[in-house]
Amino acid sequence: MLESIWFFLWGLLWAIYFMLDGFDLGLGTLMPFVARDDMEKRTVYRAMGPFWDGNEVWLITAGGVTFAAFPLAYAVMFSSLYSALMLLLFALIFRGVAMEFRGQIHHEKWKKVWDYSLTAGSFLAALLLGVAFANIFQGIPIDEKGVYQGSLITLLNPYGLLGGVLFVVMFALHGCIWLALKTEGPLHDRATTLASRLWTALLAAAVIFLAATWFATRLYDNYLENPLFFVVPILLIPIIAVSALVMTRVYISRTRWWEAWFASSLFIVGTTLFGVAGLYPHLLPSSINPAYSVTIHNAASSPLTLKIMLGVALTVIPVVIAYQAWVYHFFKDKIQPSDLAHDEGY
Amino acid sequence: MDALILSRLQFAVATYFHFLFVPLTLGLSILIAIMETIFVRTGDEEYRRMAKFWGKIFLINFAMGVVTGITLEFQFGTNWSRYSSYVGDIFGSLLAIEATVAFFLESTFIAVWALSWNRLSPKAHAVTIWLVAAASSLSAVWILIANAWMQHPVGYTIRNGRAELTDFFAVVTQSFAIHQIIHTLSAAYILSAFFVMGVSAYHLLKKQHTSFFGRSFRLALVMGLVFSIVEVVQGHMHGAEVARVQPTKLAAMESLWDTTAHAPQYLFLVPDEKNERNFIELGAIPGALSMLAYHDSSATVRGLKDFPRDERPPVTLSFISFRIMVGLGFLFLALMTVGWFLRNRLEEHPWYLKTMLYAIPLPYIAAQAGWTLAEVGRQPWVVYGVMKTSDAVSPIAVSQALVSLLAFVGVYSLLGAAALYLIIMHVRRGPESGQPA
Repeated sequence: MLESIWFFLWGLLWAIYFMLDGFDLGLGTLMPFVARDDMEKRTVYRAMGPFWDGNEVWLITAGGVTFAAFPLAYAVMFSSLYSALMLLLFALIFRGVAMEFRGQIHHEKWKKVWDYSLTAGSFLAALLLGVAFANIFQGIPIDEKGVYQGSLITLLNPYGLLGGVLFVVMFALHGCIWLALKTEGPLHDRATTLASRLWTALLAAAVIFLAATWFATRLYDNYLENPLFFVVPILLIPIIAVSALVMTRVYISRTRWWEAWFASSLFIVGTTLFGVAGLYPHLLPSSINPAYSVTIHNAASSPLTLKIMLGVALTVIPVVIAYQAWVYHFFKDKIQPSDLAHDEGY
Repeated sequence: MDALILSRLQFAVATYFHFLFVPLTLGLSILIAIMETIFVRTGDEEYRRMAKFWGKIFLINFAMGVVTGITLEFQFGTNWSRYSSYVGDIFGSLLAIEATVAFFLESTFIAVWALSWNRLSPKAHAVTIWLVAAASSLSAVWILIANAWMQHPVGYTIRNGRAELTDFFAVVTQSFAIHQIIHTLSAAYILSAFFVMGVSAYHLLKKQHTSFFGRSFRLALVMGLVFSIVEVVQGHMHGAEVARVQPTKLAAMESLWDTTAHAPQYLFLVPDEKNERNFIELGAIPGALSMLAYHDSSATVRGLKDFPRDERPPVTLSFISFRIMVGLGFLFLALMTVGWFLRNRLEEHPWYLKTMLYAIPLPYIAAQAGWTLAEVGRQPWVVYGVMKTSDAVSPIAVSQALVSLLAFVGVYSLLGAAALYLIIMHVRRGPESGQPA
């Protein structure tokens, strides 16, 4: 029971990370396509500035919780995905440093270097997260000792790459909507136009991904085999994910940006949980032999650790959510030129 | 070259580099919080400008600390997967708690602090930097509890083929952890004090912004003096704790080969690791080592030969890093004490200001030496007496570890150079003019 609760929380933490850092990563990817001059670029940075740091901690927490609740899964997952994770790490390093370093020197070349870092880092991070999760859904070649029998190229299989594309487009739309709600004028108009196109692209990516999931993974089997999960997906997939995707489109058309952003958030959470629920009780299915899979049963920490961690999570995470929500509320207004007048305002 | 040595090198690179940025954020955030509090209390604009000036350096450091910190967490899984699955039950939960209770708070409010100078009331704005300062130190506390468990594992049992938690309270309150917390936080506060004093000295020597940097200097001096005293006194107690729980580390850092009663302390000594002896031993102070380690000049101190060869740490490196750390620690106390007597006529003593300017790198060296002793002196164990480092490494290919190590060295060199450049540039430029922003 404790293991199952932690499995759900584990999925939820990753979902929250994707939902929050998703718009930063998407916006970083989109920047060269939406921002034309330095002022507009600064506006894009400023749109993420107050949030990216706190958002990234969700990744650290999701990683930390994997380590704490399912040590074996952490060990096998991180060592198996070694090269992909190192790339992700460098992508996130360049993205993060770009955020803080760009505005420090007013020199065109200096800014250009960090603009490239931001875009390349954001794009690569989104892609790799998608590739990693698609591969987890699909199963990776781990042997009976939990040793990975593949390479970086193994991960770049068609389904893995499809996951990468899905994440890039999903985050790009999420970021585009965020930009629209944080800006006015030409930048806002460009974001508005782009949002409709990205939505269509996302619809296509999602449909192809779902179809490929049928052939490439055992996620649906799990839904069909497990009576509980036969009921849950009926709630989870059509009602949350699909309707969230539809509502995103509706709100984009009505230019109700906050609502569109919430709908897009819900789509990201729904998509993640769809995959995670399909995995249950696996954390890392083995594509060599299902018996070698890392599951919540062979990977979970001791009941004592799980209980202590549950206590910490249930008391502290709501507080974190509360003060982060306050920060989002505090910086909710559209960015004005006056926000950019000072150095520390990017 | 195998994956083990490459992973160890990579961890060393990542940790040393991370710890170039972390200590300054720990102490500087407190100094900035104090500056802002004085501004709120007195309304003196200069303190607000001080908080802003030092705050910018803080932000550059903080960003570097964040991005390099993720590396450390990831590495436990990527390079030390056997360690992770063996002790994750205890170690993993400490890292997760750190992220949840401290790092969230720090990362969320630093952005609010940086971007709300004109939007929050001065009082509320000061609260945000206090939250950041408190969360930074709290974050260090949890990380150090985790490291202390590697140094002196308690509150666990070996069950189901791994270490499992049995007593969480014992893990978080053990004396080794408390020693490490006080020792490392004090070191960070001393380092921050030296940084602020050194930068201030630079401007005071040029006779510019004298009020601004005189105040900064004196504020940092108080912090530096207090924690230099704490460090020397507690450092001795920390050493005695090491003698009690990590006898191999003590023997290595003192290069003591034979188990000796009335063990002396030598004024000059050169270890000869290969032949299990010392090349030179000069100026013996009888019983001094026994006294320092066990507070009893006749106590028996265990020598390295008492332990199997494959359970001894590298002696020369432990020995040298220990001496660098201790020597510098005493020097810091001396420099701070001199500063205390000169504090109201600093400009009359340019030699002292110059010394303090050039002393900026010293606490960095001391901190890195301290960690070298802590980690190298623990070898060959990753968890003292429980798991060897060689059993902890991931089953990864040599090529993977080699490529990532080279990438880290390359990327970190570039970023380090950029950060250093930005900090020096900002320091040289000095504070912005007195007009309110």
